[in-house]
Amino acid sequence: MKITTQSLCGTMVKEIAAISGENVAKCYQCGKCTAACPVNMAMDILPHQVLRFLQLGLVEAVLNCNTIWICASCFTCAGRCPRGVDLPGVMEALRAILLRKRGFSRFKAGDMPRVLNKGMPEQGIVSGFRKYTK
Amino acid sequence: MRFSYYPGCTLKTTAAVLENSALKAARALGIELLEQEEWQCCGAVFPLTVDEIAPFLSSVRSLAAAKDTGEKLVTLCAACHHVLKRANHVMKTDKDVCNKANNYLQLPDQYRGGTEVIHYLELLRDELGFSALAQKVKKPLTGQKIAAFYGCLLLRPPAVMQFDNAENPSIMEDFLRTLGATAVDYPYRTECCGVYLSVQNEEIVAGMVEKIINSALRHGAEAIVDACPLCHYNLLELQQKTTHGKLTLPVYYFTELLEEALGLEDRAEEKMAI
Repeated sequence: MKITTQSLCGTMVKEIAAISGENVAKCYQCGKCTAACPVNMAMDILPHQVLRFLQLGLVEAVLNCNTIWICASCFTCAGRCPRGVDLPGVMEALRAILLRKRGFSRFKAGDMPRVLNKGMPEQGIVSGFRKYTK
Repeated sequence: MRFSYYPGCTLKTTAAVLENSALKAARALGIELLEQEEWQCCGAVFPLTVDEIAPFLSSVRSLAAAKDTGEKLVTLCAACHHVLKRANHVMKTDKDVCNKANNYLQLPDQYRGGTEVIHYLELLRDELGFSALAQKVKKPLTGQKIAAFYGCLLLRPPAVMQFDNAENPSIMEDFLRTLGATAVDYPYRTECCGVYLSVQNEEIVAGMVEKIINSALRHGAEAIVDACPLCHYNLLELQQKTTHGKLTLPVYYFTELLEEALGLEDRAEEKMAI
């Protein structure tokens, strides 16, 4: 993995800041977010590592990980962060960068009947659509 | 006592039992909840992207309508409460979003966050008062060991939600004790249930639910109560995924217990199917 000036100050890093309203440089890597995360066992890059990757400008690696789709926006990390980093907001920005691309979706309309037939509440269906598609 | 009331989509469909029991209990307690005339879906999840404004608009419409009546806005679904409360906070604190939302909606009066959003539990605790509620209890739930499940949306992020102590809340336990029940203390009560991950990653959620249920059982719970339709679905349906269809711990909405304690209706024997 190569860190360059361009990756450190590139447009992607700025875009994440603009969408999330958060400054990833605030994080000092204590790992409290990862310790607090109830779904860390299913993630390929841990929450504090997501922030470290972004501090180093390695946006592509983070956009390609499953972590951003596993994050449940439960806000446990944000509530416990000693630096006040809004990590769920950063995760949302990363998802948004992908979801805003034409044709990108993590949830297809064809998946809907399967979910509906199980009695999934509307709240879950709308949440799924909001988080996984645009 | 009169309040504006925002129900939300799920309470009109899969979680109708939550709304029906809450409204019935409110009537018995002399609380008037006036459903807003033109409420729209809140969007179920709070928009965490700060560069778009459209996801805020339906919440702002409801908040503004409540302000016109001068009443506090009562919510019941944890997700709707989360979204409305946070949208209101943004309208109060973020001038840029607030101006954009007002310009877009062209409301008769500018809305700047003047409405107070309270959850039904806060209504019972702060407006009616648990001591007044205790006096209305006709059929105390004496001897019943109940575990309260808070989930995420009512508590976090603590700075905005200001619902209770986010790491060690007590409002639901105090509510249960008011009804005469024994509140079970267990470490997973503020844990995430997995929320909408069950749309795509059922196995992950089933594992999370298993931890919650087992923790409550280990601490002696005979039933678990929640305030969120999605927590309810996950706790109920995915619990059975890991127990081969067996329901080891019954799941109720907190309002079902309220209804029972007020002597309005007995809880259904088993809540297997939603």
